[in-house]
Amino acid sequence: MKILPYILELVQVLILLVGAPLFVGWIRRIKCWLQGRKSPSLFQPYFELLKLFSKDVYLAENASWIFRFTPYLVFGITLLIGAIVPILIIDLPFSTTADVIAIVGLFAIARFFTALAGMDVGTAFGGMGSSRTMMIASLAEPAMLITVFTVSLTSHSTSLSQIVQTLTNNGILATLRPSFVFSLWAFLMIAVAETGRVPVDNPDTHLELTMIHETMLLEYSGRHLALMEWASMMKLFLFISIGKAVFMPWGIAQSGQLLAIPLALFFLIIKFMVIGVILVGFETSLAKMRLFRTTEFLGAALLIATLGMLSYFILE
Amino acid sequence: MDIQITEQIIIMLAALVLLTAFAMLVQRKIYGLISLFMWQGIFLALTTAFVGYIAHRYHLYISAVLTLLLKVILLPYILRMLIIKLKISREVESVVNVTSTMLIGIALVIFSYQLTAPIRQNSAFVAQSIIAIALATVMIGLLMMITRRNAVTQIIGFLAMENGLFFAAISATYGMPLVVELGVAIDILIAAFVFGIFSLHINTTFDSLDVDKMAQLKEDY
Repeated sequence: MKILPYILELVQVLILLVGAPLFVGWIRRIKCWLQGRKSPSLFQPYFELLKLFSKDVYLAENASWIFRFTPYLVFGITLLIGAIVPILIIDLPFSTTADVIAIVGLFAIARFFTALAGMDVGTAFGGMGSSRTMMIASLAEPAMLITVFTVSLTSHSTSLSQIVQTLTNNGILATLRPSFVFSLWAFLMIAVAETGRVPVDNPDTHLELTMIHETMLLEYSGRHLALMEWASMMKLFLFISIGKAVFMPWGIAQSGQLLAIPLALFFLIIKFMVIGVILVGFETSLAKMRLFRTTEFLGAALLIATLGMLSYFILE
Repeated sequence: MDIQITEQIIIMLAALVLLTAFAMLVQRKIYGLISLFMWQGIFLALTTAFVGYIAHRYHLYISAVLTLLLKVILLPYILRMLIIKLKISREVESVVNVTSTMLIGIALVIFSYQLTAPIRQNSAFVAQSIIAIALATVMIGLLMMITRRNAVTQIIGFLAMENGLFFAAISATYGMPLVVELGVAIDILIAAFVFGIFSLHINTTFDSLDVDKMAQLKEDY
């Protein structure tokens, strides 16, 4: 058994663990700059996590095992997805275990348990958040799958490693396709909805009437809350990684090329910095949607994804 | 430039034209609508230039410049002046059922693909499938005119339809003769003026741009 791929796998998971809070810190920093405020340290998310980890856990009286179990499960599943998605290098040992469809499924498990935990304690807000999350998920998931199918039509595979390999082998022309334009747009809309950013959800506020993801975390405290927060930061990081792997795969190291890894890391940092700026630009220029408009928003995402699939057959 | 890359770029631009057409179908804000129309004009002009390059038809460069002047600068300017005059620049139109409108739009894309099959077989053009996109753009413009009620939005729908026609001409026969094209350009310009005057009159008579209000013109027996 070769040991090297497993070391690389470990490195990638570490990048995910360390990079996700750093990316959130970067986003906050640009947002502060844009709004003319003085920004906190880039490492502020780490301090917040550290603070939460050092605090005691307060459990509600009627919390069941689901409530205590969920943070670990969500965190674990997110880490597992991080081991599958080619963030830095393709053909890692874990990448053959699951393709994109399975990744969508894994995200669904994490969401299912989060929703259960939201309802577990029995507060009104938790239940409301769960129902909202499920409403958005039921619309976002089919759109996500169609986007994935459209992209995999080109590379004849649903495995992310395979997709990256095919696209990088075909050069710059490979991503310059009509079906990719439509899929990219649909993917952006879905990613915004899934990771709970503006205009679907606002991660910065705790206003009861509008928040979606935060409502389910209201009852959590201490290390449970830290794990949940960390997992949602990693989810954002992972969604961007998936989009990056599919729509701009340049720079991801091929299998067995150790020398390409520093370059891949460099590209990774550059891409994330640029994506952060774009994300903040969008979030600052858009207003949050009314909740009942999200159905329309995600319906449009689904139809654009379908259009992308059609354009593959019509134009390519 | 490589022929293959140019072809790829043309197909990409065609897809972008279709994308803007769909975006216009669901855009509520009138300012956003005009900027989408502008983008469609930019993509159209770029396509024209690239088709001219790939087919060595240099008069297409002239029509690309013409498109750029007319559809990216002049018409959006006129429309902006119009909505400022009408004081509806901040207005948000109520669009009924975005999802079903978009579904109809997708059905129209498939329909035009089927409809243009014989043309595509006989066409010598490298990227024949663009004709289907052009026809779809025409139909989506028409759909927009049917589903919207605001008079200015309907004007934009009409102009988007004309964009589709122009696109079809480029993709099927490398554009129309320059005389015809000039004629159409002036026609569109005049049409925009006439529409503008009409909407001003509609607005002063009915105090609204909702064309449904015109049902009041009917005499009751």
